[in-house]
Amino acid sequence: MKARVHVMLKDGVLDPQGAAVRHALATLGFAGVEGVRQGKVIDLDLAATDRAVAEAEVRAMCERLLANTVIEKYDVEII
Amino acid sequence: MLAAVITFPGSNCDRDLARGFELAGARVVRVWHKETALPAGTDIVGVPGGFSYGDYLRCGAIAAQSPVAGAIAAHAARGGFVLGICNGFQVLTEMRLLPGALMRNAGLSFVCKPVRLRVATADSAFTSAYAKGSEVVFPVAHHDGNYTIDAEGLARLQGEDRVAFRYIDNPNGSMDDIAGVLSANRRVLGMMPHPERAVEAVQGGSDGSAFFRALAALTAPV
Repeated sequence: MKARVHVMLKDGVLDPQGAAVRHALATLGFAGVEGVRQGKVIDLDLAATDRAVAEAEVRAMCERLLANTVIEKYDVEII
Repeated sequence: MLAAVITFPGSNCDRDLARGFELAGARVVRVWHKETALPAGTDIVGVPGGFSYGDYLRCGAIAAQSPVAGAIAAHAARGGFVLGICNGFQVLTEMRLLPGALMRNAGLSFVCKPVRLRVATADSAFTSAYAKGSEVVFPVAHHDGNYTIDAEGLARLQGEDRVAFRYIDNPNGSMDDIAGVLSANRRVLGMMPHPERAVEAVQGGSDGSAFFRALAALTAPV
């Protein structure tokens, strides 16, 4: 079973890298980009065969390591 | 006074930190990250700067899960002293021994220069050698030193006098110019600037000597 984790900064946490990307897009002539947020995608290959078990396991991984929940939020997708 | 200085793969300020303690008269034992216990009689744990585990995933995130991290957490839970500098500060926030997080510098640049700091409280073993409000110069060298915390957490730090140092000219966008914070029991300090790089004239300044002398006089509770 495969899982995909999206880790993004929480709303309201300033994202200096996203702001830099937005600025770079503007200098390339892409007008109208009103915001850029940069995050991470983490793909996992899991031995689990049960969807619910896999999702619970990956959520625990996010809480323990994959995301810093002080500043980041995450979404788990079982593929 | 016995200082245990941790070395992770990628640490690069561990020797400097050990020397800072030694020059102040402390005994130092170097501890490899695979250890699961600290040397008997450890009074203070030093978590050094560098790029532990290549800073993969997030700065300090992997180190916070390393075998020695459990021993550091247990030491802190006993009321022991812990000092995290630069990457060490990032490790301590990832371990949740200190609140908040260190994000990419607001200017996105790696900042490497001496900075002026205001001693924000003298009420800690780490800062007792300085008068509150006095100015010290320590070098910074980091890419991710932008201290961030939620409004409630910030108010708590301010209300409990737990900001140890503030930047006079904020180099990284840190909230409230915060350069270092203390734990609730005031025995864990994390800071981005490097006092261990300011302990001998040859380094360009020695404002950090008093910092380590105060620590060398400490003894942790049993």
